[in-house]
This record gives sequence, structure tokens and C-alpha cells, in this order.
Amino acid sequence: MNVMFWILAVITLGSALLMVLNKNIFHSALFMVVTFIGVASMYVMLQADFMAAVQILVYAGAIAIFIIFGVMLTVRGNMKQTNLFSGNVEFAGLISLAFVVINAIMVTRTDWPLSTATPPEETVSTIAELMLTKFVVPFEVAAILLLVALLGAVIIAKEVKKTS
Amino acid sequence: MIGLEHFLIFSGTLFCIGLFGALAKRNAIAILMGLEIMLNSVNINLVAFSRYITTGDLTGQVFAIFVVAVAAAEVAVGLALIVAIYRNRMSVNVEDFDWLKW
Repeated sequence: MNVMFWILAVITLGSALLMVLNKNIFHSALFMVVTFIGVASMYVMLQADFMAAVQILVYAGAIAIFIIFGVMLTVRGNMKQTNLFSGNVEFAGLISLAFVVINAIMVTRTDWPLSTATPPEETVSTIAELMLTKFVVPFEVAAILLLVALLGAVIIAKEVKKTS
Repeated sequence: MIGLEHFLIFSGTLFCIGLFGALAKRNAIAILMGLEIMLNSVNINLVAFSRYITTGDLTGQVFAIFVVAVAAAEVAVGLALIVAIYRNRMSVNVEDFDWLKW
């Protein structure tokens, strides 16, 4: 498990870095898919099988296709030099590096109240029960949110017609 | 042995890579991609806490599923906005999106 964790962590972080540093937006999108699959493997290592399936379906499936559609609908001509840095690279790099260091220090210094119980073998049935009993109201609100976002996206992206 | 701290540092580093992408990029779609990476790393955090601190109680995973639903809604609306702006301005460069400035 140890070796697997390190290999997967390096692949995930490396592809995320390549995604950020790449100058071609389409290559960035492909590296983003690799990062999503790496995150799904992290869920497998955390024994969250349902989350891993959701990650593959929603992120590596739906959102990746969405982003690639967005790239295809907006970029014209040559794909090179389509994903450049803006003027505040130094500032953003400094902030991000500071956050990495602060986060590492805080995590290693905190005394976590770890649980010693063994994790459940499969999570799907428990999550299904929680979703329809304890969290039924947020579940329905999430359904309404998805419907609103669907209609809103269609209305925003629709061609605006001149009304006479 | 891999423990909670490893996952927390991993997800914090992934969050910062996404933050760097969202702050330093010029293309609006690249900024959306950075946001997706940030939401993903938060989900790893939630699942790691639910695995190592409240083992057996899957509230953290349910929370992560709601985050996934909100992220899907967000990327749909965000891309619709980018396509609508692109139709008017013929650009996805966020440095051109300045007509709210006075």
C-alpha cells in the first residue's frame, strides 16, 4: 500500500502540475483527466469505493467532456500558445507555495483524534440509507440545484434574438 | 504506514496547484479547470477524515457527493457564461473581460 500511495501521489501531482504549466489548452485538458483518475485511485486507497466510481463517472466522464467541448467551441486556429500565464504569475506562485508550506506544517503539528475502528467493507448501501433518511432534504435540494443549473446554462448559452 | 497526514498533505498540495492555475492563467477555461482541481482536493480531504477519524460513519462521503453535484452544476453554468461571452467578444482571455471596470 505504501509504494502504491507514493506512485499514485506522484502521478496525480505531476499531471496536475503539467496541466497548469502546459501552454496548449487541449493538452491541459487531457492532463486534467489523468489527475481526476489519480484522485479516483486515492479514493480507492481510502476504501471509498462509491466515491471512486462517482469520480470516474462525473469528473473523468462528464466534466472532462464538458471542458473539451468548451475548448472546441472557443479556441480558433492554432492550438499552440492558447493557455498562457497572465501578469500575476509570481504573486500566484508565491501564494500557492506559502499555502503548501503552511498546510504541511499545520497538518504535521496537529494531534489528530484518530479512530481505531475498522472501515466498512462496502459503502454503497450505507450511503444510500443516509441519503434517503438523514440527508433527504439536502438530496432534494441538490436535485433542484442541478435542474436550475441545467436550465440556466441553456438560457445563458442560447443565441440572443433581437425582439422587434 | 500511510496515515491521515499523508492524505492531508497530498490534498493540500493538489489544492495549491489548482489555486495557482486559477490565479495565474489567462484563459477562462483554464481557470475553470483549476477550480475543478481545487474542489477535487477538498473532496479527498473530506473522504480522508471520514475514513480515519469517524470510521464507519459515512457523513464525510455524503458531503463529498454533494460537493460533486455542486461542482457539476458550477462547471455547466461557467462554460455557458464563457461561450456567451465568447460570442460577444470573440475572446476567452480574462484580461479582456474588463467592462465592469469604471
